[in-house]
This record gives sequence, C-alpha cells and structure tokens, in this order.
Amino acid sequence: MSFVKFENVDLAYAPGGALAIENVSLDVREGEFVAVVGPSGCGKSTLMKLISGLRMPSGGYVYVDGRQVGGPLKIVGMAFQNANLLPWRTTLDNVMLPLEIVEPYRSTLKKERVRYEAEARQLLARVGLAGFEDKYPWELSGGMQQRASICRALIHQPRLLMLDEPFGALDAFTREELWCMLRDLWQQQPFTVILVTHDLREAVFLADTVYVMSKRPGRILVRREIDLPRPRDLDVTYTDRFAGYVHELREHIGRVRAA
Amino acid sequence: MKVNLVKAAPWLVVAGMFLLWELVCVGFDVPEFLLPAPSAVWKVGVAQFEPIMMHATQTFITTLAGFAIAVAVGLLIGMAVGSSPLLYRAMYPLLVGFNSIPKVAFVPVLVVWFGIGTVPAILTAFLISFFPVVVNVATGLATLEPELEDVLRSLGASRIDILGKVGLPRAMPYFFASLKVAITLAFVGSVIAETVASNLGIGYLMMSASSSMNMPLVFAGLIVIGVMGVVMYELFAFVEKRMTGWAHRNPGGAP
Repeated sequence: MSFVKFENVDLAYAPGGALAIENVSLDVREGEFVAVVGPSGCGKSTLMKLISGLRMPSGGYVYVDGRQVGGPLKIVGMAFQNANLLPWRTTLDNVMLPLEIVEPYRSTLKKERVRYEAEARQLLARVGLAGFEDKYPWELSGGMQQRASICRALIHQPRLLMLDEPFGALDAFTREELWCMLRDLWQQQPFTVILVTHDLREAVFLADTVYVMSKRPGRILVRREIDLPRPRDLDVTYTDRFAGYVHELREHIGRVRAA
Repeated sequence: MKVNLVKAAPWLVVAGMFLLWELVCVGFDVPEFLLPAPSAVWKVGVAQFEPIMMHATQTFITTLAGFAIAVAVGLLIGMAVGSSPLLYRAMYPLLVGFNSIPKVAFVPVLVVWFGIGTVPAILTAFLISFFPVVVNVATGLATLEPELEDVLRSLGASRIDILGKVGLPRAMPYFFASLKVAITLAFVGSVIAETVASNLGIGYLMMSASSSMNMPLVFAGLIVIGVMGVVMYELFAFVEKRMTGWAHRNPGGAP
C-alpha cells in the first residue's frame, strides 16, 4: 500500500503554458526515505508543492494516504534551504508555531502548554539544541537555525516530512552533522521523508530510494533503490559501494545536462 | 568620552545654530522685521507665554487627533493592500495620485464642507500623514517570504492566521518607522490648515502675527512647532525601539 502516489502527473503554472513537470509517476511507502535529485530548475520544488497540496496538478492524480489531494494537507511538515525562523520569537516559540495552527494542538494549547513545551524542549534536545531554547534565531549559527527549522517541521508529528534542499546553504562539515541528525530523528521515530536535493552523496547516504529527474519539463528518469545496511554511519560514504551509487547517479545527471 | 560626545552632539548643534543666528543678527545689524535675533524671539516667548501655550495646545491636540485617524485608517488600508495583490494593484495608483495633491490646495474644499475651525485642521493632518503608514504596512506585509507562507499554508493556516502570526509582527518595524514620519507630517498638515482656515492654533497665531509685522512672535511659533515635532518624533522612536527590538539587533545585545 503506497503512502504517496503520483499517477501521470503534469503541472503547468499558467493554464496552457509550459509544463514544469510532465508525466511523473512515483510510489512512496509509509516510512520510506525518498530523495529526489536533478539539475536545478527541474521542478523538484514543484513536486513538493503538489504533494503538500499547495498546487493542484494540471493532469493526472496525486494521492496521499489513499486519498486524492484536494488542498493543503495537515499531516505534512516542511523545511527549506532558508531556515525562515521568525526573528521576534525565541527558538522554542518558533518550534511551537505549528501547534498554534494545527488541530488538535491548536484548541488544547492553552490547557496543555506545559506538556507541549516539554515536548518541544525534548525535540530540541534530540537535535542538540538543549540550552538554546530561549535564544533568538540570530543568536544561532546557520546549522543550528536549520536544526530548529527541522524541529518546527516535526513538532506536530507529521506523517510526511518534506525537505527542500535543507542543507544547501551549510558548510560541508555542518552538512554531514545534520545528515546524521536527520538520520537519527528518522530512525528513532520513523516517518515518511521526501528530500529534494542536488547533493548526490546526501541522497545516497540518507535515502532508501533515489529518483533522478530530467531538466524542465521535469520527468522521472531513474528510480534507484539504495541497498546499504542501516543504521548507516558516515564511514559508509567512503566505501566502494557508496561511491558506486553516487557514480551511477552522477552519470544519469550528466546525461540529463548534456541532453 | 566618545559616547558622551555622541549624546551631546545634537544639543551642541542646536546651541551652535542659535549662537550663529544671534551673531549674524547682531553683527550685521539685521532689522527685526526681517529676521529677529533669538534673544528677541525669547523675549516675546516669555512675555506672551500664555497665549502661545494656548495656541500650541490647540495645534498639538489637533495634530494628535489627525495622526490617530491616520494611524487607524493607514493600518486598515495598508493591511488590505499588503495582503491582497489584487487590491494592491487596484488601489495603488489612486493612493499615489491622492498623495501627490498638495494638501494646502485641498484645505479650501474642507472649509466649504466643514467650515472654519478645528475640523479642517484635523482632516488635513490626517490626509497628509496617512500615506506613509499605508505604504510601510503594505510593504511589510507584501514582502513576506513565500517559503514561510508555504510552511504555514501546508499546516492549514488561514489567511487570518498567517496575517496574525507572521504578517503583522513582521510588518511592525515598518509600521513604527512610518509613525515617526507620519507624526511630523501631521504637524505640517494641521499648521497649514490653521494658517488658512482657523482662528486658533499656532498656524493662526503666526498668520496674525505676521500681518502685524510681529516677526519675533512668528519665529516663536515656528520654534514651538519644531520642538513639538522633535519631541513626538523621539517619543515614537523610543516606542519603536521598545516594540521591535528584534529588528534592531546588535551582536551580543539581546533586545
């Protein structure tokens, strides 16, 4: 039973205009970690908008959890390359933001504030931000802001986490730290992840399945399962099998760019 | 040492200006009906303290009333225009056109509608000062990051939710910055209207003083307006700092 399903999905931003993505079909199991890679401007972010219900397809069908998507879904958490924390809120209050919007938290927030706050603090501690709860975003480093942003995406326990190049603006070491953070979060308490990235090592290290998209209009060219044992350690990125996967995907991307 | 100089600098500049003014008047023997020396202005100010204060209070209240309406109306229009691209496009040319009309040219119309007195002055203060509030609030709302909006919309947030949780708090620095501009403009508006169409207020006082060639009194009026403007500006600058410290962050110093 698939959790996210695309059936021959097209999307044109303007009616009758050029397609951003074309004839995309994919299947994501519940709890699966999926990465989507492709050249820039290939419609990866469009894919996210379709799944979260922020955009309706121009053709084809999008199903999430067995139902056709007809509007914004509330079982989704999102994080982007820019952490987008609100500068007038502390880290803790930033993480709590979704609870002020999503039911059933919204209506119980006043009564259960203490409990929810404890949960948020616990989540922050899990990503290594214990002690930073009452700091303002500008007092945090870029990597810490991104950790907080991912906490904000997870606080309402979404079944689907969507990440749009969340580590794209970080330096190489911080990025690897955050891979491990995301891996641990996902392994402790599985949820479905769709990660859009153009870092092939990131995709192979984290994902169960990698999809390669073509340039505009975006189509799915390859679906590759990553058969590396879990839990994966950073050392795995130096093995031949890992390099093999990255190499193979790189060739597909190379072909896309040349075409 | 350096901090003290920074703090004292504005006072020194003001004192220096008055000193230079006095020296020019005395040194070149400028006749009082052209440019009265500060000492002469001061003498008139002391002698006529009570009538000046009476007119100043009138101008002050008129200005505040017009400013209050401007803030309320400016916030409402700014919120509407800033959160709806359609309204933004539809309303902007009209607002800009309206703002380009010299308000002094509009005062006679207000007099026809409301008669001579306080009402045209309040309305002129309002008309001249609401535009910066609209523009700033609209800009603050319209420049919301689309990703942030996506995050909230994907949680099922309504437009009101987004406005309340993110849009308005984010627009607050713009809003408070506009208040500083708007309050000084409001003084311009009320005094303009008083000079043309009132028998109360600093504007009227200056008008009647100049018609009897009492230049020291005219200048006393100018200085009173200037002082009220500076005081109100500083007040709103202080409020701005208190309310939106997060936007004026400096490394190492929490708001």
